Amino acid sequence: MFKPSIHLLNKDIREKNFKNILSLVTFFLFLPALGIIFWLFIKGYPALSWDFLTQDPINGMTAGGIFPTIIGTFWLVIISVLVSCPMGVLAALYLSEYAKDGKLTRIIRLAILNLAGVPSIVHALFGLGAFVLFMNMGTSILAASFTLAVMNLPVIITSTLESLKAVPHSYREASWNVGASRLQTIRYIVLPNSYPGILTGVVFAVGRSAGETAAILFTGVAFYLPFLPSTVFDQCMALSMHLFTISTQVVGVPEAYPFATALVLILLILSVNSIAVGLRTYFRVKRKW
Amino acid sequence: MELKATETAVPKAMEWRHRKSTKPKSERIIEFIIKAGGLSSIVLIIAILIFILKESAPFLIKRFDFSEFFLSTEWNPASVVEIKYGILALLVGTLLVTIISMLIAVPLGLACAFYISEFCSPQLREVYKILIEFLAAIPSVVWGFIAIMMINPLIIHTFDVPIGLNILNASIILALMSLPLIVSVGEDALRAVPETYREAAEGMGATKWEVATRVLLPAAKNGLMAAALLGVGRALGETMAVLMATGHSIQIPESIFEPGRTLTATIAAELGESPKGGEHYQALFAIGLVLFVLSFIVNLSADYLIRGRKK
Amino acid sequence: MKKKIEIKNLKVSYGSKVVIKDLSLDIYQNEVIAIIGPANSGKSSLLRCLNRMTDFNNEVKVEGSVLLDGQNIYEEEDSTFLRRRVGMVSPLPVGLPMTIQENVTYAPRMAGCKNKAELDFILEDCLKKAALWDEVKDRLHTLATKLSGGQQQRLTIARALSHHPEVLCLDEFSIAIDPVTTMKIESVLHELKKDMTIVMVTNVINQAKRLGDRTAMMLNGEILDLDENSKLFNGQTKDSRTKDYIEGLFG
Repeated sequence: MFKPSIHLLNKDIREKNFKNILSLVTFFLFLPALGIIFWLFIKGYPALSWDFLTQDPINGMTAGGIFPTIIGTFWLVIISVLVSCPMGVLAALYLSEYAKDGKLTRIIRLAILNLAGVPSIVHALFGLGAFVLFMNMGTSILAASFTLAVMNLPVIITSTLESLKAVPHSYREASWNVGASRLQTIRYIVLPNSYPGILTGVVFAVGRSAGETAAILFTGVAFYLPFLPSTVFDQCMALSMHLFTISTQVVGVPEAYPFATALVLILLILSVNSIAVGLRTYFRVKRKW
Repeated sequence: MELKATETAVPKAMEWRHRKSTKPKSERIIEFIIKAGGLSSIVLIIAILIFILKESAPFLIKRFDFSEFFLSTEWNPASVVEIKYGILALLVGTLLVTIISMLIAVPLGLACAFYISEFCSPQLREVYKILIEFLAAIPSVVWGFIAIMMINPLIIHTFDVPIGLNILNASIILALMSLPLIVSVGEDALRAVPETYREAAEGMGATKWEVATRVLLPAAKNGLMAAALLGVGRALGETMAVLMATGHSIQIPESIFEPGRTLTATIAAELGESPKGGEHYQALFAIGLVLFVLSFIVNLSADYLIRGRKK
Repeated sequence: MKKKIEIKNLKVSYGSKVVIKDLSLDIYQNEVIAIIGPANSGKSSLLRCLNRMTDFNNEVKVEGSVLLDGQNIYEEEDSTFLRRRVGMVSPLPVGLPMTIQENVTYAPRMAGCKNKAELDFILEDCLKKAALWDEVKDRLHTLATKLSGGQQQRLTIARALSHHPEVLCLDEFSIAIDPVTTMKIESVLHELKKDMTIVMVTNVINQAKRLGDRTAMMLNGEILDLDENSKLFNGQTKDSRTKDYIEGLFG
C-alpha cells in the first residue's frame, strides 16, 4: 500500500489552509459591502417616504424632504455627461482609429492617465479657476457640470477605447479593402459594433458623477437654496453635498434623516450601475460575432 | 430598369465605379474634429496646471517661503497675531493616512486578488466582481458618513479612546475605498500571467502555494506593484471621506488615535471661507499644486511599472 | 500585350525587417498570374502593396513605385478609388457583422450607389459568381457572421467582386473551402479573366498550375523565377530552388 509521507501530508494541510485563509479574507472584505447597504437600509428606512423624496427641506434642513437635491444632482449629471460623452468618444476614436504609435500617442495616453489620477479637489480648484472665474460662468450648474465633465473624461475615454478595441481588426481591414474610407469604416463598422460598450461606460460614468462631492463643492453647489434652479446659470443643491452638510454642518438633524439621504444616494447610484450591468449583459448576448 | 443577373458583363449603369470620390468637405471637418478631440486630454491636463499656477502665482511669488511652507507645522492663515502657511502637519497627515491605509489594503487586496484569480470558481468570481463594482461605486461622501456613524463609535468602544474621528478611522475608510481598485488591477496582473507558467509548475508537482509564491508573484510583480501604487494615488487624493473622518485638527498626530488633517481636506474645508483672490485663497491653490505634483509622480510610476510588465 | 501593373524596384520593410527587396514585376491585362513560394517570402506583402493596404499600418515603409495603367498608385490622392479598382480577397474569411445582403452591397453603397435595382443585381450576380447564391438565397437578411467558414470565404469573394475591380488579388482564397467549392470558384475565375486581371497568391502548387498563365516563385522577398506555366512547370526553371519547391523538396 502506498502511504503518503509526513512531508506530503504537511504540504497538503498547508495547501488547504492557504486556500481557506484566502477565501476567508476575501469573504470578510466583501462582507462590509453588503453590511453597509443593509445597515443604511435599517437606519434610514423609517425616514424614507414619498414626502421625503418630493418635499423641500425645512427648518434649517432639520426636517422636510430632499427634493431640490435630487433635481440638482439630475441637472449636474445630465449636463456633465452631455459634455464629456462626445469629447470622450472623439478622443477614443482618435486614439483607436487614427493615432500612429508615436510620441504624440504616448503623451496623450499619459495625459489621460494623469487626468484620471488628479484628486477631485484639484479638479474643483481647476473648475473654480477656469469655469467660475476665467470664463465668468460664476458658481453655477454649468460650471459644476463642466468640472464633473473634466473628471469623467478619462473614465469615458478609457471605457470607449476598450469597446472600440474589442471590434476585431479584420472587420476594419475588410471594410478598407473594398474601398471604404476610414470615416466610413468608423461610421458603418466600428461604431455600430461598439456602441453597446460605449453606452455601458457612459452609464457607469453617470453613476460616478452622481456621487461626486468635492469637485462640485466650490463650483456650483450651494448648501441650501430656497428655490429650484431655473437656468443653468443658477446654483443648485446636490444629493451628495446635502449628505455632507446635514451629517457634519447642521446641528439638530434627526438621526434617521442623513441615513435616509445616504440610502437614497446609494440606491440611485446602485440602480444606475445595475442599468449599466444589465446593458452589458444584454448586449453580450446579442453580440453579432 | 431591368437588369438580368445572368449577364456577366458590367452594366453600364454602374457609373459609381468610375467616380473618384474626392473627400467631401464634411468628412474632412469630422476627421479634424476627431483629431482635435484626441488632443483634449493633453489640453485639459495642461489647463489644470496653468489655472492652478495662475491662481496661486501671487502667493508663490510674494509670500512663498520654502522652509516655512514645507517645514513649519503651523497653518494659521486667519490668525490675527501671525499668519503662517506651513503645510508640514497637513503633509504628514496625508502621508500617515495614505501609508496606514495601504498597510491595511495592499496585503488584503492582493490576497483577495490571488483568491479571485487563482482559486475561485467562475460563478463565485462573477459574484465577487459585481461586489467589487458595487464597492467602487459607493461615493466618498457616503464613506465619510460611514466613518462618522459607524467606524467612529466602533473605535471609541474597541480601543476605549475619547474620539473616534482620527487617523485610524480615516485609514480604515481609505483602505476600504482603495480595495476595489487594488483587487481589480491586481487580479488583471495575475491573469496576465500565461496559463502555461502555472501548468508547467503544477506539472512538476508544485502546490498552489508554491505556484503562487514562486511563479505568480515574480511574474506579476510589476502589475501588483502598480496596483498598490494606484491605491496610493487614490488614497492621496481622496477628499470628502478624509475630511469627514480625520477629526480635523492641525497637528502632527502622535498616535493613530489622534485626529489630524490632510492636504485635500484643508482645501475643501477652507476654500469656501477664504476671500477670492486673497493670500489664504492663493495658498490653498498652492496646496492644490502640491497635490497635483504628488499624484502626477504616483501615476507616472504606476504607468512605468505596468508598461514594464507589458515589455 | 498591354501592361496593367508595373512594379518597379519595390522595397517594403516593417520597422527594420525588410520583407520585399528591390522587386520588379510586370503584370499584363487579362492574365492570371500566380505567385507561389514558402511562407514568409513576402507574397502577401506584395499583394497589400497593390491596393495600398499598407497605408493602414504605421510600421510599414514602401519604396519604389507601382504603376496601374501607367499611373503611380502611391502618388494617387484617393486611395479608396484605387481599392475599388484593385479588389482583394484575404486568406481568412471575414463576414462583416451585418446581413449577407448588406455585406455584398457594402462596397457599392460606400461608393455612393443608391439604386436599389442595381444593388439587387450586384447582390445576385456576385453571390452566383462566388458559388454561394444557392445556399443563401433564402436567407439574405440573416447575419453573415453566422455562416460557416467556407461560406464566409465565398462571401468575401462575392464582396470583392461587388465593386467590379479591374484587378483582383486573391490571397490563398481556397484555404477555408472544400475541394468541390474550390473547383467551382476556379472555373468562375476562368470566366472572370475576360474582364479582369487576376493576381493570385497560393500555397497549392497545382492551383497555380491549373489557373495561372504565368507563375512567379518568391523567396525571401525576391522573385526567383517568373515564366509561363508551360515552361515553369516543365522543368525550365532559372533557379534550381524553384524546381525543388515545385517538386516538394522544400517549403
